[in-house]
Amino acid sequence: MANEQELQVQQKREVDKKPESTTPGRRYLPVTDIFETQDALKVVLEMPGVDKNSVEVRVENDVLTIDGQVDFSKYQGLGPVYTEYNVGNYARSFQLSSKIDQDRISADLQDGVITLVLPKAEKAKPRKIKVG
Amino acid sequence: MTPSFSDPFEALFSLQRALDANLASDWMGARTTAMGSYPPINIFQKGDDFVAVIELPGVDKADLQLEAKENTIRVSGRKNINYGDGASMHRRERVSGVFDRTISVPIEIDPEGIQADYRDGVLALFIPRAERQKPRTIKIK
Repeated sequence: MANEQELQVQQKREVDKKPESTTPGRRYLPVTDIFETQDALKVVLEMPGVDKNSVEVRVENDVLTIDGQVDFSKYQGLGPVYTEYNVGNYARSFQLSSKIDQDRISADLQDGVITLVLPKAEKAKPRKIKVG
Repeated sequence: MTPSFSDPFEALFSLQRALDANLASDWMGARTTAMGSYPPINIFQKGDDFVAVIELPGVDKADLQLEAKENTIRVSGRKNINYGDGASMHRRERVSGVFDRTISVPIEIDPEGIQADYRDGVLALFIPRAERQKPRTIKIK
């Protein structure tokens, strides 16, 4: 059963620096699933530690960009003694096709996972063709 | 001295450096080098006590089980991903499945006093050091 598979640690991938950030520190690529349903394209990104006030989703020149900020003040007064992963902000961009209705994109964040729903434009929806 | 990560401009950078510096830490000892097991764990010292921070994005709180006994803590559960019916995949990077990890901390802890907080896909465990293990000042007569 696919569900019973034992989970493995996924190494975090750093964002390729173009354009470069003006602040020091590393940013990570959120692990992402993209899938299509009848009416929409769904983009699901894992950004543990990001709450809904510190995530920014924007569309500019047909590029969808997701930025997630981690709250570092929570680490104040903590001294690391044993570490297995690093923490950082998240950033990832995707090129959108014209088949997406860019004005109706919606987002939902739960348990550190953000789900973006990108509705298909009317003309891109599948339609049945009647045989006359 | 515990590092301060409060300066917003420097915070990210200095925290990342501190985490990197501890990547080869042998604090857990040779017997519990379970590195590479899921979920990954960071452990911090906070005064006399400890905080374990574990990233578990997409795990529902109801699917997460915690057990503590003596100086071991067990974190187990299941991560479900539901794509819905009739979805066609374009990109699949997330993984689902079950996990079960037990860590033994090399200090005496108070298992009754452990507090857990799960928020935004991050589990924080506050692990108090056993009272009798806390350092005490000795008065000179």
